[in-house]
Amino acid sequence: MNNETMTYDYTVVRQFAIVAVVLGIVGMLIGVFIASQMAWPVLNFDTPWLSFGRLRPLHTNAVIFGFGGSVLFATSYYVVQRTCHTRLFAPALAQFTFIGWMLVIASAVVTLPLGITSSKEYAELEWPIDILITIVWVAYAVVFFGTIAKRRVKHIYVANWFFGAFIITIAMLHIVNSAEVPVNFLKSYSAYAGVQDAMVQWWYGHNAVGFFLTAGFLGIMYYFIPKQANRPVYSYRLSVVHFWALTFTYIWAGPHHLHYTALPDWAQSLGMVFSLILLAPSWGGMINGIMTLSGAWEKLRTDPILKFLIVSVSFYGMSTFEGPMMAIKTVNALSHYTDWTIGHVHSGALGWVAMVSIGAMYFLIPKLFDTEIYSKKLIETHFWVATIGIVLYICSMWISGIMQGLMWRAINDDGTLTYSFVESVQAMHPFYIVRAGGGLLFLTGMLIMAYNLTKTIAQGKAAVDVIPVPAAAH
Amino acid sequence: MSDFTSEFWSWFVIAITAGSILWLFYLLRGNKRVEGEPGVPTGHVWDENLEELNNPLPRWWLIMFYITIFFSIVYLVLYPGMGSFKGLLGWTEVGQYEAEVKAADAEFGPLFAKFEQTPIPELAKNTAAMAAGERLFVNYCAVCHGSDARGAPGFPNLRDNDWLYGGSPEKIEETILNGRQSNGMISWEASLGGEEGVNQVAEYVMSLSGRDVDQALAAKGKEKFALCAGCHMPDGTGNQVLGAPNLTDNIWLYGGSPRTIRESIAKGRSGKMPAHNEFLGKAKSHILAAYVYSLSN
Repeated sequence: MNNETMTYDYTVVRQFAIVAVVLGIVGMLIGVFIASQMAWPVLNFDTPWLSFGRLRPLHTNAVIFGFGGSVLFATSYYVVQRTCHTRLFAPALAQFTFIGWMLVIASAVVTLPLGITSSKEYAELEWPIDILITIVWVAYAVVFFGTIAKRRVKHIYVANWFFGAFIITIAMLHIVNSAEVPVNFLKSYSAYAGVQDAMVQWWYGHNAVGFFLTAGFLGIMYYFIPKQANRPVYSYRLSVVHFWALTFTYIWAGPHHLHYTALPDWAQSLGMVFSLILLAPSWGGMINGIMTLSGAWEKLRTDPILKFLIVSVSFYGMSTFEGPMMAIKTVNALSHYTDWTIGHVHSGALGWVAMVSIGAMYFLIPKLFDTEIYSKKLIETHFWVATIGIVLYICSMWISGIMQGLMWRAINDDGTLTYSFVESVQAMHPFYIVRAGGGLLFLTGMLIMAYNLTKTIAQGKAAVDVIPVPAAAH
Repeated sequence: MSDFTSEFWSWFVIAITAGSILWLFYLLRGNKRVEGEPGVPTGHVWDENLEELNNPLPRWWLIMFYITIFFSIVYLVLYPGMGSFKGLLGWTEVGQYEAEVKAADAEFGPLFAKFEQTPIPELAKNTAAMAAGERLFVNYCAVCHGSDARGAPGFPNLRDNDWLYGGSPEKIEETILNGRQSNGMISWEASLGGEEGVNQVAEYVMSLSGRDVDQALAAKGKEKFALCAGCHMPDGTGNQVLGAPNLTDNIWLYGGSPRTIRESIAKGRSGKMPAHNEFLGKAKSHILAAYVYSLSN
């Protein structure tokens, strides 16, 4: 065995890890800006490319695919090597996924503010970019599954099941939902029409949440929590059952986005019942994450990285309880189209996805640069700033959303609506300000992180880790 | 109408739904117990210290899972979901909507029927009716005409007693029920000989409401105004039969700046008010007509 095969391949992991932090800041900065536009519309500046309608998809693309995607690439490339005790398969292809993914993000940054969009939520990028995404994704799958194939341990670690399910399902969702007919280089129309288009869109949209933002990040959780806590995963059996139940059930839940619409009744009902069934599989992940700490709870007091990881799993549990509740038709009749939905999404996006990513990056980046974290105290500060930011965000949107829903349905003694639409908008104003403040706090935390990690990287050097011989099975 | 193109697809949905629920059930049944001693590592080790414990599924979690499965089965028996099976309750989205509308009609119908019988000038003085009218207005009319009913460029001010199609109670009601499609003012730039002609007519039009204008241009514009007189009348006072605005009252539907007036002449204008009869019904339209009438009477 030569040197080349005796060490892990960290180059592409380092690239994605650093870019993740940068894109997180960019995406959240745009988020704070558009949240401010909701409170103070003058910030649209009467400029098309600065207007809410164009920057909102840029915000979602930057945080989901830029930040979240880079975190997933970095962690999956790291975890799959470490848990398979082997180097990445086809490192040149892995390098290509980095360049390709950056091209995708750069194209989003240019096209979306220009108003070039397919108009499908979370799939706004036009067809040439869709093709690039497909090519990068296939390369990603080859690298990931190729590495699994040449593993030096018999069993595949649970984190890799989740990463694998995420990669396969996102490929399927992206290709089916992005089927479109090009008109010219920058414009295309969906291959589907009417309610079928809506159904395909939300089958994609909900599973982008289910697989990109859930399954992938559960993979992160299953590696980084046991590692950071230095404790075994709570239950192997639970991991098997909740993996199959989660991946199987999520794919049904999309129609709950289309309650009380032209979607046939039967499809709405199926979306609702499978969303309810999804509660237990989701909580299986939460239980396995939190209970892994059992017997080592005192570590939560002193270890700020573990705080990020465990609080993220708690938010995961909370939003996966809230989600099934909101999928019930009678609840949805109130919550649909209101800010409650935005609050729900962000309790998942900030509380779960971002917090687990931040924890993973604090663990990973010092290791990739063969050093210790520059300041543990700053991680602690980041944790509290971020947590307060999330709480402000979620609570303001709960109040505003439920108030909005109640105002829309309030009627007078004579049967007329008590409030006009604009009165409900006016009532939301203070909550929009609080929300922007919460977002600003979260962004501030990210800047603290960037400073801390820059200092960390400056004091380190590129790590070279020798691949250990797999432990023999007992 | 069936949601399915053939019974095959209905059975397809039934089969995969039932199969999926059963599969989840057996996934849980088959994993209820763990082999070997619980609470100890399974024996697999990855990356030096990653291990898994042989703990069974938490009981409360398992019960919760079964409850959601049980609920789903009951729900799919009672409500539509299994292909074209309607569910025992016979519930439909459209049925729920119709029932709610029927209940609302039963509750509020008599009051609105009474309002509908009252002539508009009288109804405009009825406080209860005008309270309802104001709520209807802010919800259905304010988007274009503004919460204060003072309009916006292209959307008439309803408080100034200047009417495109007539301000009598009957005319207002007719406008709300059937909507209005303007006959469309065409582009006059070519017929007036380009920009110069447009400027001349614009000066003349502004002079009609006593504004300061370039008299020489206005004089030339007056000659060309013959082209406009067909709709706006020779004296410029407009024609409510055609919806042609009065040009002498210094009230401007699309804006009164010289630039906007020139633009109206050069490029033409066309406005539309949608019909509300089918959407709001006669009673609410009647109340709205009285409310709009009350704003300037």
